[in-house]
Amino acid sequence: MGRYIVRRLLWVVVLVFAVVTITFLIFSVLPSGADPARLRAGRSPNPRLVEEIRHRYKLDQPVTTQYGLYISDLITKLDFGHSFQNDTDVLDEILKRLPATISLSIGACIVWLFVGISVGIISAIRRRSLLDRTAMGLSLVAISAPVFWLGLVVLYLFADDIGKIPILPGAGSYTPITDNPWHWFTSLILPWLVLAAAFAAIYARLVRGNLIETMSEDYIRTARAKGLSERKVILRHGLRSAITPVVSALGLDLGLLLAGNAILTETVFNIPGIGRMSYNAIVNSDLPTIEGVVLFGALFIVVLNLLVDIAYAFIDPRVRYT
Amino acid sequence: MTPLLDVQDMHVTFETEDGLVRAVDGVSFSVEAGKTLGIVGESGSGKSVTSLTVMGLTRGPSTKISGTAMFEGEDLIAASDVQLREVRGNEVAMIFQDPLSSLHPFYKVGTQLVEAIQTHQHVSRGAAWDRSGQLLELVGIPEARKRLDHYPHEFSGGMRQRAMIAMALSNDPKVLIADEPTTALDVTVQAQILELIAKLQAELGMGVVIITHDLGVVAEVADEIAVMYAGRIVERGKTDTLFDSPAHPYTWGLLESIPKLTGPREEELIPIPGRPPSLIHRPSGCAFHPRCPYVREEHKKIDPHLEPVPEDGGHSVACLLAPNTRRELWAKLSAGEEPEQARAEVPLQ
Repeated sequence: MGRYIVRRLLWVVVLVFAVVTITFLIFSVLPSGADPARLRAGRSPNPRLVEEIRHRYKLDQPVTTQYGLYISDLITKLDFGHSFQNDTDVLDEILKRLPATISLSIGACIVWLFVGISVGIISAIRRRSLLDRTAMGLSLVAISAPVFWLGLVVLYLFADDIGKIPILPGAGSYTPITDNPWHWFTSLILPWLVLAAAFAAIYARLVRGNLIETMSEDYIRTARAKGLSERKVILRHGLRSAITPVVSALGLDLGLLLAGNAILTETVFNIPGIGRMSYNAIVNSDLPTIEGVVLFGALFIVVLNLLVDIAYAFIDPRVRYT
Repeated sequence: MTPLLDVQDMHVTFETEDGLVRAVDGVSFSVEAGKTLGIVGESGSGKSVTSLTVMGLTRGPSTKISGTAMFEGEDLIAASDVQLREVRGNEVAMIFQDPLSSLHPFYKVGTQLVEAIQTHQHVSRGAAWDRSGQLLELVGIPEARKRLDHYPHEFSGGMRQRAMIAMALSNDPKVLIADEPTTALDVTVQAQILELIAKLQAELGMGVVIITHDLGVVAEVADEIAVMYAGRIVERGKTDTLFDSPAHPYTWGLLESIPKLTGPREEELIPIPGRPPSLIHRPSGCAFHPRCPYVREEHKKIDPHLEPVPEDGGHSVACLLAPNTRRELWAKLSAGEEPEQARAEVPLQ
């Protein structure tokens, strides 16, 4: 197991390096209309200013030199470079915004796991009941509803500034947990619910399907033949097996969210997270920021997948890594 | 002697999209302490459903069950789920066909045994663990205590079935129901498992029901055999009687389709023609008539019932042929004649 983890971690390094390189390559072949120096210089800029910016950010150097400099700074000094657009240190900026994204993603994750798994179990054991049909119908709605629409609807309904039933802080109210934990919590309730809705629906369907399948396994019959209560049969024997695919889905989904995929929710609720940062960076051809965001995203996804694989070995004793 | 488990007129039907499945259609049998009943039949004859129903494992919204299954003065068919759980795995235990899929792959064998013990006995985990070790030893697993820490996939097929048996025995049941306990195992292991069941039965005095499609299995261990066809018992008798003077053409077919080591090599096996009947659209009259070589026109209309075979104590059969005709036919068949030949020589009555 230890050797397996070391080997996987080495692969993480290789993969992140490949991701950084590919991002650089894509950027370097971008059409010239997205010239970062010109974008930085503002509307109808002085050509000399553009040249100066180009020089300052070493954009006048060959791509290979730029790439070499970037990589060597990254490895030797853990320096992610400076943003082309506002001169801030990329790593600082990412670290500053990361807590918001992590708060949003993990909180939503807890919500959707709780709702998804509970609804999934109930739907599975009351299969074809009115409850099951209602839950599965609602889940279709939740999956189909776009985040930007759902977000606006809940803001219209519940936000304390524009809402019809103003009970919760609305857009732009995000407060870091270190400033005011209570405010942090209330400000994130709506975003959590909105972000979690589609995931909860998908997970409910996943759990339902898996549990229904598991409950027809022979070992469930054995568990019943032992005289166990149905509750124990379902939770201890059925769910234990049905939860495995949920763990793999969770690794992927949470990784993607932390990598900035919560961008729509961040935008609707005006939360200063990684998603918004990457969007701005792309619009402004801000290569160092793009690289930084992509690198962090790749790290999250790879590491979470590694965690999933390790978790598998604990869930299923038949899984052995060497 | 009063039977331990007494099943009377059990009917089980399942509502399916294709129609009503009459899986068990009026089955009665009983088991005494220390005795073994073999229930034999091909797939879809209702033998597994019969045993699962005794355990209450076929209950569900689309299942209809009637009849009685008396165990120690309690009707297991009428019992509530809670009452039934007290009996299940405690006084009536069951082992299943495929020992790999019947054990939970994610839990240690010891944990699964402990769970079985603690469901019915108020003992500490440590005590239950010790008892589990003894149980594994009892069923002949070497290094039993160490094996408790292993997962089912680390056991061989025979070991898994031994572990299943250990689990079934964990609360000293009075009745053990074994549903095709050896079907998924190698022939050599089969014999070991059957021997083990017989040995434990002798030691613990349990009543045993063995369900199988293999007459060879019950020949060795059963005191009495019931042959099932299309959800009914079509013949029942002492094991020796059933092998010496079987009375139902279906039983003849089962016996004829067993390869004999003593016969000449070129002797052909005689399979039973046709397929098992649909339990949704039961054949009219005698359910076996479409496959019976000795069918007469009226057999397609009259539904036979289990009746005693004259001058043969405890032996009963559901067949419309006259007792004399059956005796003559079986005499020809057991002399090595083929069904067509026998049929041509014996006037059917």
